[in-house]
Amino acid sequence: MAELTYRDAVARGIAQEMARDPDVVLIGEDIAKAGGVFKATVGLYEQFGPRRVRDTPISEQAILGAAMGAAMTGLKPIAEIMFADFAAVCWDYFANEFPKSRYMTNGQVKTPLVVRLGNGGGARFGAQHSQSVENWCMMIPGLKVVVPSSPIDVVGLMAAAVRDPDPVIFLEHKSLYATKGEVPDGEIVDTLGTAKILRPGKDATILALSLMVPRALEAADRLQAEHGIDCEVIDVRSLVPLDTQTILASVARTHRVFTVEENPRLCGWGAELMSIIADEAFYELDGPLVRITTPHIPLPAADVLEDLVIPNAARIVETVLRTLSN
Amino acid sequence: MDILMPQLGETVTEGTVSLWVKAVGDSVQPGDPLFEIETDKSSMEIPATCAGVLSEIRVAKGAVVAVGTVVAVITEAGTNAQAAPAAGASAAPAAAPATAVSASAAAPLVTVVARAIDPQQAVVTPARNFGPARRADGVVITPLARRLASQNGVDVTQLTGSGPHGRIMARDVTAERSTSPARPMPASATAADILALYADVPHDVLPVDGMRRAIARRLLESKQTIPHFYLTVPVLLDALNTLRSDANVALAARSAGQKLSVTDLIIKALAVALQQVPEANVIWAEDRILQLRRADIGIAVAIQGGLVTPVIRDAGGKSVTAISTELKSLSTRARDRKLQPAEYQGGSIAISNLGMYGVQEFSAIINPPQSAILAVGAAQRVAVETADGGVRFASQLTVTLSCDHRAIDGAVGARLLGAFKAAIEQPLALLL
Repeated sequence: MAELTYRDAVARGIAQEMARDPDVVLIGEDIAKAGGVFKATVGLYEQFGPRRVRDTPISEQAILGAAMGAAMTGLKPIAEIMFADFAAVCWDYFANEFPKSRYMTNGQVKTPLVVRLGNGGGARFGAQHSQSVENWCMMIPGLKVVVPSSPIDVVGLMAAAVRDPDPVIFLEHKSLYATKGEVPDGEIVDTLGTAKILRPGKDATILALSLMVPRALEAADRLQAEHGIDCEVIDVRSLVPLDTQTILASVARTHRVFTVEENPRLCGWGAELMSIIADEAFYELDGPLVRITTPHIPLPAADVLEDLVIPNAARIVETVLRTLSN
Repeated sequence: MDILMPQLGETVTEGTVSLWVKAVGDSVQPGDPLFEIETDKSSMEIPATCAGVLSEIRVAKGAVVAVGTVVAVITEAGTNAQAAPAAGASAAPAAAPATAVSASAAAPLVTVVARAIDPQQAVVTPARNFGPARRADGVVITPLARRLASQNGVDVTQLTGSGPHGRIMARDVTAERSTSPARPMPASATAADILALYADVPHDVLPVDGMRRAIARRLLESKQTIPHFYLTVPVLLDALNTLRSDANVALAARSAGQKLSVTDLIIKALAVALQQVPEANVIWAEDRILQLRRADIGIAVAIQGGLVTPVIRDAGGKSVTAISTELKSLSTRARDRKLQPAEYQGGSIAISNLGMYGVQEFSAIINPPQSAILAVGAAQRVAVETADGGVRFASQLTVTLSCDHRAIDGAVGARLLGAFKAAIEQPLALLL
């Protein structure tokens, strides 16, 4: 058992899979000798050498095109798109190429690749380098979308993503890179499409993802200590496939639901989850479904403003209190 | 290729596989009958849509399964054996692959892996509604509170809500339950309770088929959710009987075998009445009322094991002979359980005639989403006062109209019944 940062867990997860399977390769901007702009790939170049850990030009389309070609011809590439916002530069691959190839070739061509992206705000990078794009990825049929919140999940879900036969979008949170957590020694393999109940509770369910998970946990602790409200916190972890069983079972216990989403409000991931809950668990609901999200605005670069718009523990506490006391 | 239980009709949620035409190992061509299903009110033959070998039957004859369930697998023979494993490889990690067993060694079969349905694709809307979201006085009831109240026999009209604006929440229902222990038992004793109660009484167990279940569900829903009221009038039948005899003599001269029945004329009379009182030709659709411009009349037909109510479309615009022919065809196919769902759905009103059993009068339960039903009793010889104060005997029917008060008020129902009575008692217009 070792205490690892989320950043080191990324490298550990990739190393685990590269050591296991010689077909796994890593490409991206400055990911080799420099160890990555976010230092999430430190040591991989030294361990696996220049043939399997390759720097690329500054061209997101070239990175994903190369990854797709490699995947189609038998490798299992992991490609890094530095800032998740840049997914928009190479969106054709996300929307048209990766997710459609297997379907359109009747299974003859597979694209078993992983795209890692530095997602999310809180680091004062401004409107074009801070977005949470999990909802963009979630809306494309054929993509799987994983959004881990802790070092151990990073390692286990990275393994699941690499071993999956389909394209998996792996969203790492820039503001979580420095956070730490216990990671057991040895091989860790998790399962896509599984949510985790991090804190059981009986009064309300809080569904959270990525950076919003620690904030939801902090809010739940305060709600319990200061107001006697016992919230269940679920880390959704995987948007596609989605673990509706765990979520609906929780709603059936607590009868109240909140999502905490960093993506902007319109068509955020929570909207889809809430629509499923409203449909399937309608007669379990004892109050409105409430989403706590970043407003529908470009993210500000100024620190006070950025902190104001992204949901935090205080806002979660306040929203849950107001909703439940009504 | 997975063969799914099809949905026949928009309110149908399950069906019974009543017959397997093909057996495991049989080769099939597109269009070959594969199996028969029995839903609420009909049975239907389901053809194969692809060629291959029936490699697996998953649902035994007689089993009731939900619409969309995989009932069988057809393995497409001799094609693309390489592509099939790739289809299986996409199964989500949680999926438990079920491997089909090929029955015929002769055909080059591929292994078909059934894929578990992605939970995100399979949103299951609750099948049951637990009552309105808003009370007559405007108080809102949360969905959970509605379900708890319904399941525990708590009367929401008696509750005081503790939520915002007096909203009734689950806690209000559970508080009511705990403070009133003397409430009657929930209406539904469990099947186990019932079996225990009759365990010592000699009895046979009859299966509940799709039609019986549909009748139980729909009529329970009707009686519980539709505010019925009943209007009864006597109708003199002599003029109609005379007309019918004359018409049948004329028909006999024209075409062999066709005879009008009293029921044919009653259908036409009700259609004429609906045309005269269009306010009664309505459907309650929760937030609006549909006033139909055509008299579509359902007619309850008793069949083996239950009943079905085929609908005669635009009975107002059809001649009595056309109605008669259509009713014969519908009744025959109803008894063979060969009606298509479109033939028994819709309509605004139905007729239930128990006169042939000697029932003098009765009240019928509305067949939702229709708004009314006319219960027709047996003709009786009764003494009536003549114009000059004397007494004569006449044939008289007693009919009772059940109306949905949400859509039809008493006066409207009475006018419809009056128009019907007039159409029967001065029947010549029915033939014009």
